[in-house]
Amino acid sequence: MAKWIPLWLHKLSSPPTFYGFAGKIRPWAIGLALVLGIVALYGGLLLAPPDYQQGNDYRIIFIHVPSAWMSLFIYAVMGVSAFVAVVWRIKLAEVVAMESAPIGAAFTFITLVTGSLWGERMWGTWWTWDARLTSELVLLFLYLGVIGLYHAFDDRRQGARAAGFLALIGIVNVPIVHFSVDWWNTLHQGSTVNLFGKSHIAASMLWPLLTMMLATKCYYVASLCGRVRTDLLALESGKDWVRRIVIGEVQP
Amino acid sequence: MSFTSLHGFFAMGGYAAYVWPAYGVFFAVLIADWLAPSLRRRRLLRELHGRMTRQSARERGKAPATVPNPPAS
Repeated sequence: MAKWIPLWLHKLSSPPTFYGFAGKIRPWAIGLALVLGIVALYGGLLLAPPDYQQGNDYRIIFIHVPSAWMSLFIYAVMGVSAFVAVVWRIKLAEVVAMESAPIGAAFTFITLVTGSLWGERMWGTWWTWDARLTSELVLLFLYLGVIGLYHAFDDRRQGARAAGFLALIGIVNVPIVHFSVDWWNTLHQGSTVNLFGKSHIAASMLWPLLTMMLATKCYYVASLCGRVRTDLLALESGKDWVRRIVIGEVQP
Repeated sequence: MSFTSLHGFFAMGGYAAYVWPAYGVFFAVLIADWLAPSLRRRRLLRELHGRMTRQSARERGKAPATVPNPPAS
């Protein structure tokens, strides 16, 4: 059955092939992210009506919630590629895992700051040690730990291996963040948008939210492609394909 | 359209001090995330190029033109 899939994957995981592939995808991904982002901002900031209780303050939702989704999504991607990297020692998987960490940390940071700005007026506090907020903060520390451990080794591949183990252990935190609002009595509200079932949000507010989710996903793909390309050049610096690229791109 | 004037849009119904900083942080962090790797890429390419020219100069048996000899002191 479908023998071409492993072969295709195997070819794609070779650094020069992936370098070219990522270079082709990147402009499309960032272009799509910008277009979707502008549409989502237009829908969220201008078209959507104010909330009947929160007024216009709720408009933070259009960046807070997509960022929070990305913080978990990127961790899942990082966890899966760390698993592949630790088990099969595939160079590309190591690079994808390690270069996902800074993007994930960025989105987690945005989630915490925008949540704090939102909470100040709606809850009357910038911060509280409730389950959702604390587990999201732990997620940020996990990302920072992975980044730190990766850079603590002189040998990049050894660093990626150690940081990969940390990323794997940290996966336990992902369901904790997601279900924290159900498992504990938190100040943070439960989920408003349900993938399977009814969402508790008006359609005029839902579509900008989902569009922004797609925009942040595209942004992640674009940013990851750029970062992985650079990392592959650094890791394979002695090889012929890298020489050709360096000669082609640097004008003395 | 939920705002009738540009002023009303910027005022965000009195929540301007919370909504706009949130959007500011969102864009500032993502722009930094976008620019940092491209700077790193440019630095890496220059470094690799320098390493390659020095290596080919050594192979030709000449002193590399880009690296000056240390001063004789």
